[in-house]
Amino acid sequence: MENIKIKELKVSAIENGTVIDHIAHGKVLQVVKILGLEDFEDQIYLGANLESKKYGKKGIIKISNHFFEESDINRIALISPSATIIEIKDFVIVKKFNVQVPSLVQGIVKCINPKCVTNQQKVETRFEVFTIENRMRLKCHYCEKFTNQENFDFN
Amino acid sequence: MPIYRTLKPTGNEEKKPGIHPRFLKRRTMRILELAGEFEKTPNSSILEGQVIASLFFEPSTRTRLSFETAVQRMGGRVIGFADANISSTSKGESLMDSIKTVALYSDLIVMRHPVEGSARFASEVSDVPVINAGDGANQHPTQCLLDMYSILKTQGKLDDLHVAFVGDLKYGRTVHSLTIALTNFNCTFHLVSPEELKLPSSVKQHIKDKNLKYYQYTDLMEAIPKVDILYMTRIQKERFSDPVDYEKVKNAYILTRQMLGNTKPNLRILHPMPRVNEIEEQIDTDPRAYYFQQALNGVYVRQALLAYLLGLKS
Repeated sequence: MENIKIKELKVSAIENGTVIDHIAHGKVLQVVKILGLEDFEDQIYLGANLESKKYGKKGIIKISNHFFEESDINRIALISPSATIIEIKDFVIVKKFNVQVPSLVQGIVKCINPKCVTNQQKVETRFEVFTIENRMRLKCHYCEKFTNQENFDFN
Repeated sequence: MPIYRTLKPTGNEEKKPGIHPRFLKRRTMRILELAGEFEKTPNSSILEGQVIASLFFEPSTRTRLSFETAVQRMGGRVIGFADANISSTSKGESLMDSIKTVALYSDLIVMRHPVEGSARFASEVSDVPVINAGDGANQHPTQCLLDMYSILKTQGKLDDLHVAFVGDLKYGRTVHSLTIALTNFNCTFHLVSPEELKLPSSVKQHIKDKNLKYYQYTDLMEAIPKVDILYMTRIQKERFSDPVDYEKVKNAYILTRQMLGNTKPNLRILHPMPRVNEIEEQIDTDPRAYYFQQALNGVYVRQALLAYLLGLKS
């Protein structure tokens, strides 16, 4: 029994780094992609389909020795507006906040319009973010068409 | 592959803005005011020494010639092309490279391009102002401005008018732009179209957002007596998935002389041109027919825009 407890402790605590909690069910791997975590060299722990009293099921990611700019981490809000960010230093929580839906998104989502200049030329996408009736819509800076949340295609 | 990063807003947008039909009302009115000045004095040397690049990546006669006339009547010079096939695009050059190069040769770029959003992108990579002369199915802002100038001239105001749009309201970018622009002037909209070609809900939302009214009709005769402006557009056969549906409506929106028996005295008939058969030629000599003068107004509005963007008129 003691061995089992020790194993749990080794996995659950990080000394320094960032925990992304309350990731919406089924979205963990999308979050990994949107933050580019597959290129990180530090230890990363992923948990999916974990029980959550608040949301039923959730995902969690722990990234050792890494802290994010708020503007970067708010990209997560495009996938999982419910996510919580916890920053840990020396095993102590020093900062905890909910992700905020950004007002502008650059480069991470494709425009749904095949005739948009971003899909015809080598131009990075830029969107203004609108939230209407709890659904996110991205208005393309160039062609002005809206890409709805269910059609988000990440670069 | 390198990604061309768009430039972040520099705060210099006032100096070299891209043109968009929804720009500030005050700026719009100033452009229209300047157009009036240029109509009184269309020939000048205000653009002497200036070179304007006319880049038409897709065909246009009216818009291109109108811009080139505008430049030449003000003493400027024009360089450019009227067909993408004779540009470096045919060699695979990127739009960014084309614009950056042409910006080195000119003081302002006028661009028509089939790709949506291309003009905005061009304005971000160019060191000289860029005017959008049409970007695919997206916008045609100078058409919107000349339509507004035409309405202002014929009605003496833009406010509180009843405006009918007739024909293809679904795909007509001129209709969309002008509708959105006129929502800034407390207008009432009368929308006449076949069921398949109704004004998109996204455009109607602009009307609703300003608490303005719109009425929808399939019968053109219902709308004509009520309006100050009758804006006709062409119904294209290729817009209909079923050719039979097109055959049913193709003549329903042809304006004939007989239809104009009961109109407001100030009614004017507009059309973005080219027309095919939607306005009977007999109407051309009717004093209410304004569409050729409307096309001429395009020169004055474009003169105003050029002078304004080059800082020659504030």
